[in-house]
Amino acid sequence: MKRHALSTRLWHWLNLVFVVILFMSGLTISNAHPRLYWGDWGFAPEQAWLILPRFPDWMTIPGYYSLAVARDWHVLAAWPFALLLLFMWVAMLANRHFRRDIATQRAEWQPANIRRDVGAHLRLRFDHGPGKYNFLQKLAYGLVLGVFLPMMIFTGIAISPGMEPSFSWLVEILGGRQSARSLHFLFAFALLGFFVVHVLLVILSGPLRQIRDMLTGGRHAEGPSDAA
Amino acid sequence: MRRRNFLVAAGAAVLAGCNKVAESAPGARLLSAAERWHKGAHRLLTNREALAPEYPRSAVSPFFRGNGTTDPQEPAYQRHAAEGFANWRLEVGGLVETPMSLSLDNLRRLPQRTQVTRHDCVEGWSAIGEWTGPQLSLLLEAAGLREEARFIVFRCADTLNGDVYYESVDLLDAFHPQTIVAHSLNGAPLPIRNGAPLRMRIERQLGYKHAKYLTAIEAVASLEGIGGGEGGYWEDRGYQWYAGI
Repeated sequence: MKRHALSTRLWHWLNLVFVVILFMSGLTISNAHPRLYWGDWGFAPEQAWLILPRFPDWMTIPGYYSLAVARDWHVLAAWPFALLLLFMWVAMLANRHFRRDIATQRAEWQPANIRRDVGAHLRLRFDHGPGKYNFLQKLAYGLVLGVFLPMMIFTGIAISPGMEPSFSWLVEILGGRQSARSLHFLFAFALLGFFVVHVLLVILSGPLRQIRDMLTGGRHAEGPSDAA
Repeated sequence: MRRRNFLVAAGAAVLAGCNKVAESAPGARLLSAAERWHKGAHRLLTNREALAPEYPRSAVSPFFRGNGTTDPQEPAYQRHAAEGFANWRLEVGGLVETPMSLSLDNLRRLPQRTQVTRHDCVEGWSAIGEWTGPQLSLLLEAAGLREEARFIVFRCADTLNGDVYYESVDLLDAFHPQTIVAHSLNGAPLPIRNGAPLRMRIERQLGYKHAKYLTAIEAVASLEGIGGGEGGYWEDRGYQWYAGI
């Protein structure tokens, strides 16, 4: 059996491409009005809870300031991003990747286990207990797949004035349009945080093998976890 | 420093790729197709008559920001402003049975709609205001649209960077109950900053659709040959014609 299913590998790399396009074009959109507000409305510095820096051209799509072009990229990439996430959820429920590898068990939430896992990570020891992923991995992947990525879609829909007339409940539970816009930004940076830690841990835990496995599927680790 | 260089290089690679795609003909078609997919999905998923949220009067923002043109310098406009817009006319024409020319008094005597709505700028900010005016559908029904009419074009008195501002919507948004020709903001005549004496409210789309300093409403069969042909001042500069995203 492969270590990573084909659906996981396909989604992983395609999702990376579209999230990068969305993030970089999103930075251009942020540059158009670099202030964040809570509630329904806001337009002036005195209403803002956060005033953002201007993101430099090398970080943005396009590589110069154009809100029109950035919006084109953003609304284009939103489609494959959302449809691929839906595909990934269907695939990992169908092939049991979610229940087997990502869903946590009650015992794993015991403080002693969490402490042990955090300690092992801090000492850069990545040999796992039973199962494919340790607790912190499950938590990180579960949060990204179940919260951060879906919230990008929901908060994005909530910002869209054409969707709001039929989905005003969505805007309301998010606390108003400007709150939804703030959350869109916060979840985007939560994803960036995950990305940085993810890449760092891949580099620390044998990057060539990790990347090869995510491309080819790799081999399932030997040992008792194979039986699971 | 090395990591930063790597990031810059990675960013540049993504950028170069994106620019290549955007500059190719299929790439450009794909980018504009995405706008149509969103419009299609919006109209599939949302009731076409659904109303944008309306707020209580107490939710009105203390100040309503103006954007784009906020003080038209055209001599004709300045003359009207000096007269308190007493001689302003709104022409309703194009593909209609009965062209009309309306004064502000004519518009104020029609049945009015007052709505407290949120204005969302394409840049990202929002403001809430109370708008009053007759529904556009009332004017279009009075003038009688000819069968070939597909779009309503809004002509404006202001120029921005040397080009006259204009906008357009399809008939679905033109006949939407919240699409009004507003003459008042928060119970007072529109300030010049917000489009005096008349502006459109197209509540399910972004701010640039809400044409200010309105001089004429024109029914047309096609947007070709009007301005840059893309259906609006900002659309001619690459912004989406469907501004509901």
